[in-house]
Amino acid sequence: MTVEQILFLLAGAVILVSAFLVVTVRKLMHAALWLVVTLFGVAVLYALLQANFLAVVQLVVYIGAIAILFIFAVMLTRKEMRDLGPQTRSNWWVAVLVGAAVLMGLVFVVLAIPGVERTAQVLPEGLDTVQALGVALVSPNAYVLPFEVASVLLLAALIGAVYLAGIIKK
Amino acid sequence: MSIPLSWYLLLAAALFSIGLYGVLARKNAIAILLGIELMLNAVNMNLVAFWRYLDPAQMAGQAFAVIVFAVAAAEVAVGLALVISVYRRRKTVVADELDLMKW
Repeated sequence: MTVEQILFLLAGAVILVSAFLVVTVRKLMHAALWLVVTLFGVAVLYALLQANFLAVVQLVVYIGAIAILFIFAVMLTRKEMRDLGPQTRSNWWVAVLVGAAVLMGLVFVVLAIPGVERTAQVLPEGLDTVQALGVALVSPNAYVLPFEVASVLLLAALIGAVYLAGIIKK
Repeated sequence: MSIPLSWYLLLAAALFSIGLYGVLARKNAIAILLGIELMLNAVNMNLVAFWRYLDPAQMAGQAFAVIVFAVAAAEVAVGLALVISVYRRRKTVVADELDLMKW
């Protein structure tokens, strides 16, 4: 067991336990807070994978923006389902079956990938992953088109969200 | 760098399945969106793991993880706006009760 493996196992355990609580806990506010824990665990894994930029983006965008947005939405819609009645549909066992089937299928596929037990090589000498990612996102030979489409998508989502949630005065 | 690739893939598979269960089983529309977030995170973890283990010099995995971030942010913003709008008109966030377009 190396230090990295122990770190991975710790982060993985935190991710799985908190994700399980996200989908099972009764109070929605607690589910949103457990989601923060899950997202933090995933950020730790990004750091382990040496994706430094994505680890920071995970903290800033996911925890700082998306999770907080969830908490606001929970607070704005609270009155209705506060802890009354079951939080899951009556046929939740179908969901368990589907989830278990998907998990087994995925495990089967993953273990069939050739070379899946490989370990990572050392990063090439002089490769700055943050710089390389920045260049890749704006280089015409690489991913400038998806990048621009994503910006248009964000603008459309911004306008759509304001229109949908805005107060309509008659 | 002694972690096998399979560990990341299996963890992502488990996270995806938990999210799928949440999407299918939960009643509250916001809880369904929480499940979708878990699934998107599992996908992102796979993208980054494949980037690191297959060809770190090519930034494809990280670039598409960034795109998934943007899509997730857009999805949450519009989804939660829809939930709040529905809540304001119908006073409910239970997905089962929103059956106006059901036939």
